[in-house]
Amino acid sequence: MILKNKRMETSELAKVASQVRRDIVRMVHGVASGHPGGSLGCTDLLVSLYFQAMNLKMDDQGSVVFDMSGSGEDLFFLSNGHISPVLYSVLARRGYFPVSELATFRKLNSRLQGHPATAEHLPGIRIASGSLGQGLSVAAGAAYGKKIRNDPHRVYCLMGDGEQQEGQIWEAAAFIPHRKLDNLIAIIDFNGQQIDGPTDVVLNNRDLGAKYEAFGWTVLHMDGNDLDDVASTLQAAQEAGGQGAPVCIIMKTEMGQGVDFMMHTHKWHGTAPNNEQLTAALAQLEETLGDY
Amino acid sequence: MKTYTFTEKKDTRSGFGAGMAELGRSHPDVVALCADLVASLKLDTFIKENPDRFIQCGIAEANMIGVAAGLTLNGLIPFATTFANFGSSRVLDQIRQAVAYSNKNVKICVSHAGLTLGEDGATHQVLEDISMMKALPGMTVINPCDFNQTKAATIAIADYEGPVYLRFGRPVVPNFTPADQPFEIGKAILLNEGADVSIFATGHMVWQALEAGKLLAEQGVEAEIINIHTIKPLDKEAILASVSKTGCVVTAEEHQMNGGLGDSVAQVLALNHPAPLEMVAVNDSFGESGTPEQLMEKYGLTAASIVAKALAVIQRKK
Repeated sequence: MILKNKRMETSELAKVASQVRRDIVRMVHGVASGHPGGSLGCTDLLVSLYFQAMNLKMDDQGSVVFDMSGSGEDLFFLSNGHISPVLYSVLARRGYFPVSELATFRKLNSRLQGHPATAEHLPGIRIASGSLGQGLSVAAGAAYGKKIRNDPHRVYCLMGDGEQQEGQIWEAAAFIPHRKLDNLIAIIDFNGQQIDGPTDVVLNNRDLGAKYEAFGWTVLHMDGNDLDDVASTLQAAQEAGGQGAPVCIIMKTEMGQGVDFMMHTHKWHGTAPNNEQLTAALAQLEETLGDY
Repeated sequence: MKTYTFTEKKDTRSGFGAGMAELGRSHPDVVALCADLVASLKLDTFIKENPDRFIQCGIAEANMIGVAAGLTLNGLIPFATTFANFGSSRVLDQIRQAVAYSNKNVKICVSHAGLTLGEDGATHQVLEDISMMKALPGMTVINPCDFNQTKAATIAIADYEGPVYLRFGRPVVPNFTPADQPFEIGKAILLNEGADVSIFATGHMVWQALEAGKLLAEQGVEAEIINIHTIKPLDKEAILASVSKTGCVVTAEEHQMNGGLGDSVAQVLALNHPAPLEMVAVNDSFGESGTPEQLMEKYGLTAASIVAKALAVIQRKK
């Protein structure tokens, strides 16, 4: 049975976001590998989506229910799969699997693979991602399927800005407006950083908003680390949908948001904190829901 | 030697088109995707009868594979179609991550495989696709031999849950498989019983194997001829049962020797029942422009080649 989502007020989201950020740095520290920078930057978005914006399938008690089809609910696809820590934490905190399982991240026999995968049947994951550039196409297929099935729900897809350098992105960017998939909302994590340095230096994407507009998308901009702006922009994106054109949100974020020494650098894209750095990071992030 | 006859030559891709037409009527969940090659894939009837279940993707194969993977979530059964080169090597990473690793119920159906694509030349004549696809965990790889078998395979894979690579071709070839023969994935078909040599053939080479069987019979050699339409999962029982009787093997395929049917058969033999083996396949070479007949002759994919290898492998038994 599907109940209407019990939506969290925006003021409550900050508490969840703080706990998710604690989870991220602890998960990455626990296995001494993983990608904290982008995960911290996208925390506010994922918390807003899963605790407020998305309509999720639930049982009578209001607990989320996962099935692979995702029919009758909104779907989220993470194309930049390396920021799996934020997705795993948000899914666990939302109730898709036990929070204690976050301790198994990237370890042998875990359902929490380094990059999201379906092979281990982790609830909440519908496609493998990690090889960049593929998620928008998969989201397009899911959105197309919802059109064929007359399912009025939406499909969200998060991508990185470095990922925009992949050619397949632009195949999908052309396909989605051409097929009028106005039930799809794409979000680009515009943090300006990638492994080898600033995105403008490695391979300049130029004006991403203008490019998507030229391809036929409705383009919105938001501050991805301002929960109020995220809430209002996602609302605007939902209202802009259903009018023939898909929506692309250019989401300005700070890689490493919430941990001062991880911000304003690409250094923490794929680096784990040591013991001292973990202590310093956790001191900046309030424990709100209880650590795993 | 059992006699096989045919009333007409037809292309295997038209068998695919006929299968899709039937699926359009019988399977409401089947959706067809194509990357700007509708006429080549013979999708006209399916599209005409089911315009809402056809998705034109344009010349953007990587996106097409991802869209197909996403469509499966809604219980739809996507058939993603293009030329074999563009449905395998061009999109290997997309198939690996979004289809095979993610275990999505996508049917990748590709035409113009192998040398018999002809005049377009080596850029389009993929001879490595079986190798790539069979290496992917969980991927089923099928290469039917004629119109009727391709049609039957197309219908059969719609009822099978899991990723499939279905490979067929452009030229007209003898259509000898009974129209009512059911297609069983992974079940080899015994075409002729014989005690002297086993010939395991796939795709267009099955008819050449039958021609070779006739030529061998004239020389007093009884060839056992088996149609291996499914390269993965391979029918090991049928292979071992035959080689236990004949003691030697020839494989025949329109594909590279490296990584093709012959390699798969060699593995089964080496692990279970070592026996002399000869392979009729392209030997570490690209193709070139020419007519299908000229190319098959130049690269040794003929009944005469199978005969020569059969006689040679029989000698190795002794």
